[in-house]
Amino acid sequence: METCDHRAVADSLTSRYCDWVHDALEDFPAAFLITDPAIAGHPIVFASRGFLSMSGYASEEVVGRNGRMFQGPGTSRRSVMEIREAIREERTLQISLLNYRRDGSPHWILFHLCPVFAPCDGHRRVVHFLSVQIPIPKRSRRSVVVTTTCRDAMRMDADLELDLANDDRGFEVEECREAGEWEKEKAASIAGEILSALARYGKLANGKRAGVVLPRPLSSALNISLGRIKQSFVLTDPHLPDMPIVYASDGFSSLTGYSRHEVLGRNCRFLNGAGTDTKVLNQIKDSIKAEKACAVRLLNYRKDRSPFWNLLHISSVRNASGKITFYVGVQIEEGSKSNDHGLSPEMRQLGTVGQVKVAVRSMSSGAGTSRFSS
Amino acid sequence: MESVLTIKRVPTMVSNYQEEAGQELGCGRNCLGECCLLVSKLPLYAIGSAADGNELSAGFFLNTLLLGQWEDRMSRGLFRYDVTACETKVIPGEHGFIAQLNEGRHLKKRPTEFRVDRVLQSFDPSKFNFTKVGQEEVLFRFEASADGKTQYFERATVDKNHSPSVLAINVSPIEYGHVLLIPRVLDCLPQRIDPENFLLALHMAVEAGSPYFRLGYNSLGAFATINHLHFQAYYLSVPLPVEKVPTQAIPISKGLEKSGVKISYLLNYPVRALVYEGGNSLKDLADLVATSCICLQENNIPFNVLISDSGRRIFLFPQCYAEKQALGEVSQEILDTQVNPAVWEISGHMVLKRKVDYEGASEEYAWRILAEVSLSEERFQEVQAYIFNAAGLVESGKQENDANEKKKTPIPTSQPLPTPYAEKCLVLQ
Repeated sequence: METCDHRAVADSLTSRYCDWVHDALEDFPAAFLITDPAIAGHPIVFASRGFLSMSGYASEEVVGRNGRMFQGPGTSRRSVMEIREAIREERTLQISLLNYRRDGSPHWILFHLCPVFAPCDGHRRVVHFLSVQIPIPKRSRRSVVVTTTCRDAMRMDADLELDLANDDRGFEVEECREAGEWEKEKAASIAGEILSALARYGKLANGKRAGVVLPRPLSSALNISLGRIKQSFVLTDPHLPDMPIVYASDGFSSLTGYSRHEVLGRNCRFLNGAGTDTKVLNQIKDSIKAEKACAVRLLNYRKDRSPFWNLLHISSVRNASGKITFYVGVQIEEGSKSNDHGLSPEMRQLGTVGQVKVAVRSMSSGAGTSRFSS
Repeated sequence: MESVLTIKRVPTMVSNYQEEAGQELGCGRNCLGECCLLVSKLPLYAIGSAADGNELSAGFFLNTLLLGQWEDRMSRGLFRYDVTACETKVIPGEHGFIAQLNEGRHLKKRPTEFRVDRVLQSFDPSKFNFTKVGQEEVLFRFEASADGKTQYFERATVDKNHSPSVLAINVSPIEYGHVLLIPRVLDCLPQRIDPENFLLALHMAVEAGSPYFRLGYNSLGAFATINHLHFQAYYLSVPLPVEKVPTQAIPISKGLEKSGVKISYLLNYPVRALVYEGGNSLKDLADLVATSCICLQENNIPFNVLISDSGRRIFLFPQCYAEKQALGEVSQEILDTQVNPAVWEISGHMVLKRKVDYEGASEEYAWRILAEVSLSEERFQEVQAYIFNAAGLVESGKQENDANEKKKTPIPTSQPLPTPYAEKCLVLQ
């Protein structure tokens, strides 16, 4: 059902952390997931053993998939939206959530989400999201007590064990279970421990290439929106010298053979070669100068230098202030067979342009300021 | 003699053919009337029975198709302005109301008189309706599949016995991808909710599969300007304020066992509303909301509907703004903003025509406008009771109360009766 880039998922942690980061994460008994918003579909890239035993899934059944797989008919849609919103705004959120185990049985958890910033990176850039999940035991809503002593905590631990074994198996779902202070503190402290472990295992940001200044990274929200678009396309920033690529889709990598980090910060001309018609290149330049869309056919070259006829559509894209922020270039290999259900190449290009416009339209200084009150 | 409540407002131009309405147009211009539509070859997106796991739904093909066609119409210059060049912002505050400055939407139009005291009015072929729209404004047909399979046909013929349902652009868009879903366009249905066509709208939300894609409905008297059945839809990649509001489930003891739908009300929002979600099937959800809407229609209560979260959550807002406006009960200051509180505005997306309003827009300002739209608490309770009664729902613990209520006089009268309808304009068939 969901497809994703397996290589990217597998490398998600090790591209930023030392190779033994997985072992370090395995040492934590708690239930938690790590997801990567820069990969299409915002997939899970790590599931802890605590999570697997709580949910009944095997690691390979969840890694590479989106966290929505644990939601079910009883999951509050508003809570789901609140999580989506926190991801969009790259902020921490604690929320009670009804999730479903592999066998279909529902269980209440306290869902603690927080952004993980890139280690050793000048930009405050979110590279992962961590979600710690603490089961919420059954109790009458009125008798929630703040438990702070060791003894209480131990008792709660015992309750939890019991809970995991017996609770909720009847498929009866209560209206709502609120997390107590104990769960909230526990989740926050586990998240803190994992974050500091990750910080210890961080390595210097990779992808630095001689002579290339990497552009400012896009927000997670924009990455996630763009990641939903299947077609091959790049975004370039006309406000930076030489209009470098600031985003390249997975489709672009499969078409050209270049990985994302090989092309970020570079001008698109690396696709050109001896057979590329300079008249067409001038036509593109003129259209961009006139802020007009254009559609051309030109000979381009893949990383392995094999040529292909590129049906290229270029269009300006405006942000929330109505200003041109990017140019989108959509590439379709002429004569390529694709799963297009009878849509013409032009319509596929325009569909991609439209989806990019919708995603970028929310981008502005003000768009991130909407906050939940709770 | 019957007295009639009307308001004057600048009508929104949804089609480039609207101006010509009223004059007899001969054909040959590729319109949506019988003459041209029956011989058309418009693309068709046919939806099959629920969740057949087909490739189109799974790949969210509808988004590519809809946005590709929309972008194509934009490049052909069919819209009155480029909506992506309109400035938009989130107003700072707890709710995150969204404001858009749109100076082009109502240029060069004179206000027209609209009757607002009847939610149901019969179809009037002499007025503008969607059969007069040109086919270039249509993106594709969206209909139930003949063989139960979800499929796309680039060029489809029309079956004379089944009037096509079409998706047309709104030439005055308030967001990217703003379209109108017009069910069974040739049947010339008036603006009126029925279960079958409401389900069609819900299917569209599901097929799009994007949290950014919302559908909306305005009844007559709640800022629908065209009395020809249509839903609106658009893409907005931020949450609407109403979608973020905490809700409180209404405990129902009877009536929802089979459908599994959950009904709640909003806890902290200027417009009172019912929220429907869940349901064992899409049809269960559609049927319950449609029953609720039909109840409002029959009681002559104007309303707006928002379909959000890919068809999983539906907001129903009974409203009384147009009626207050007609009775002169809305302050001039609010009228001057020319905000017409239809479904998008009520959901928290305010389209403002004046730069001064846009720049000064605050949360308090948005709240004040929307508060005028809402029914009072007492009236809302009354309306909710009508709906529950019509849908056969019994609120937990309300059974006995209801029996008692029949005997007692309604609501203590230290304040004027909250009913928003002055006697003279209650038109019940």
